[in-house]
Amino acid sequence: MTCLASMFDDGHLLEVFLLSNWNTRVVVLGVTALGVAGGVVGAFMLLRRRALLGDALSHATLPGIAMAFLLASTLGLSAKSHGVLLLGALVAGLLGVVTVQWLTRSARMSEDAALGIVLSTFFGAGAALLGLAQQETSASAAGLEAFIYGKTASMLMRDAALIGATSVITIGVCIACFKELRLVCFDPDYARGRGLRTTAYDFLLMALVMAIVVVGLQAVGLVLVIAILVIPAAAARFWTHSTGRMLLIAGAIGGAGGWIGTILSAIAPGLPAGAMVVLTLGGFFIVSLLFGRRQGLARRMLRHRRRALLMDRDHALRAIWECLEHTGEPDCLAGQIGFRWGWATLKTVDRLQRAGLLVVEPAAGEERIAFTEEGQREAAAVVRRHRLWEHYLMRRADFDEHHVDRGADELEHLLPTGLLEQLEKELDAETLAMLPSPHALRPDHAGGAHG
Amino acid sequence: MSDPGTTRPPGSEHSPDSPLSIHAMTVAYERRPVLWDIDLDIPRGALVGIVGPNGAGKSTLIKAALDLVPKLSGHVQVFGRPYTVQRERVAYVPQRESVDWEFPVTVLDVVCMGLYHTLGLFRGVNRRIRKRAMEALAEVGLEELAHRQIAQLSGGQQQRTFLARALVQEADLHLMDEPFAGVDAATEETIVSLLRTLQSRGCTTIAVHHDLQTVPDYFDHVLLLNTRVVAFGRTDEVFTPANLEATYGGKLTLLDQASQALAGQTRGVPR
Repeated sequence: MTCLASMFDDGHLLEVFLLSNWNTRVVVLGVTALGVAGGVVGAFMLLRRRALLGDALSHATLPGIAMAFLLASTLGLSAKSHGVLLLGALVAGLLGVVTVQWLTRSARMSEDAALGIVLSTFFGAGAALLGLAQQETSASAAGLEAFIYGKTASMLMRDAALIGATSVITIGVCIACFKELRLVCFDPDYARGRGLRTTAYDFLLMALVMAIVVVGLQAVGLVLVIAILVIPAAAARFWTHSTGRMLLIAGAIGGAGGWIGTILSAIAPGLPAGAMVVLTLGGFFIVSLLFGRRQGLARRMLRHRRRALLMDRDHALRAIWECLEHTGEPDCLAGQIGFRWGWATLKTVDRLQRAGLLVVEPAAGEERIAFTEEGQREAAAVVRRHRLWEHYLMRRADFDEHHVDRGADELEHLLPTGLLEQLEKELDAETLAMLPSPHALRPDHAGGAHG
Repeated sequence: MSDPGTTRPPGSEHSPDSPLSIHAMTVAYERRPVLWDIDLDIPRGALVGIVGPNGAGKSTLIKAALDLVPKLSGHVQVFGRPYTVQRERVAYVPQRESVDWEFPVTVLDVVCMGLYHTLGLFRGVNRRIRKRAMEALAEVGLEELAHRQIAQLSGGQQQRTFLARALVQEADLHLMDEPFAGVDAATEETIVSLLRTLQSRGCTTIAVHHDLQTVPDYFDHVLLLNTRVVAFGRTDEVFTPANLEATYGGKLTLLDQASQALAGQTRGVPR
């Protein structure tokens, strides 16, 4: 509790949000820039289906870092120099990617196996070398572990500047080569046929990924750095069907994740920034998955629900209409209507009554149902559409009269109105207000087949 | 071109203005020949259907002509010159299954890809490109779907999108890989009339085809292929039961066994 209290004490929170602390400002801006660039580059990486290669690449950097450290200390150089360590990471990452390519192309291994082998072997080698390094010079080697899980606290102005510069360059390249990268991701064979050097663009893409991974090592660590490439891009896909907008949204999500994650970790110093950034991105992903405009689950469920309601409404209207047509009465008892009287039906009738399509009056223990004027019109339209389809299916698709009711039912609710006009033309029924049912109406079953 | 004889091996009688002329071309996957010593001169303005059993090398022939798969030997010329300097004159329609249709692009985006070569590096798609793409879409009857995402199209509409991407290029030679595969009747009609239109404009079209029944209706030339060229010529002359029997009748089983044995010997040895 004291920890929590101290967290919200003495304007610390305000200080963090306003970025008035120099160190916080450096870290937040650096990680935000990394997030934006990671989102943009990650979008292309995902579209080219290279996400796992990016993961293998990031894990493969570890032996390079450890090796660079060992070499530098043997040669008497400043072993903690970041330049040397990042160079080591770059070389090892490149070696990892080349090994994967070689295994899949020349040794004809499946890509997932090759990726698994390279990822684990390189990481294992890195862990072993790290152990060696720590044995020899325990004090200074401790900083190396920061590369595994990230340690923003050790981030300096020049680190943030490196991230910033890398972000600007990678985003610039993505914009400049947008149409070529998109073509290579979409249809590599065609691109090659048209004379585009797809291998060069694939290499360029891997170089961009590598750049993000290497500068991201310090911020989020090599285990989690893949997240800033994959998650924003995957989340963005739920919001748009356009490549350009996907890049834009992925960049925005990545940047927001970097910003919020680092601030969260600055508020509670016990929480590592890398983990907080990834968790924030995970949150964005879940929101996108559920509410995404294009493919979000919640939207899909909502649309499905709306469709189901529409179908219930059509079924109820048609059942009542056909019952009245059959009896010739102006109204009918609830029990006369063909469909099963379940909870859903009662609710539908209730809904239609509230919508002003039905009038329900209690009469001698049972309810009498009649159409309002508007309800009559709506129901006639629904029945007419259903029968048009029935006639069409019997004439053109060899449906017999026992199955045509259900066949038409599967079609009629979801189709656009333009199609209905074509249907009328096809059947010469443009002027017909109503058609006879092509099959015997069985009031006890009509409309009930679908529940 | 001063003397065509100097650019080709002696003894070859390939016409320099043939849209596609293939000389002694062999293509192998993993040392197993898929196409063996192919010699072919496609006449200008021809509408050629390539038929043959599965694994006969139909798609490979087109891909090898476009330098998409490596040739073991032989060479290909497009209008008398190597393909690499004639790319603009050749339009390629790949198999529909070759791409991921969930990709976030619109129909118009895809058609514009056919004109990327007219734009420099770093230049985005502009209004002129979009206008031409819309015209190509109108030709295949898809202009109303221009702004749809490609996953929302039917198989036939997807195929027409690919055709529009080829049309927009205004090439003289069209290479199509199974343009009729899995399309609806309306699309089939559209493609057929498109092929005729292209022919009336003087274009040459070569299409891999699966449905033997429609070959005489759709194509004036036919290439019967099964690793080797079984027959090539005017459809009314070479599309005969005897040639079909030779193409599909398994006459090449010995050759097949030999090449499988060859592949077995070298399996597992890295190249």
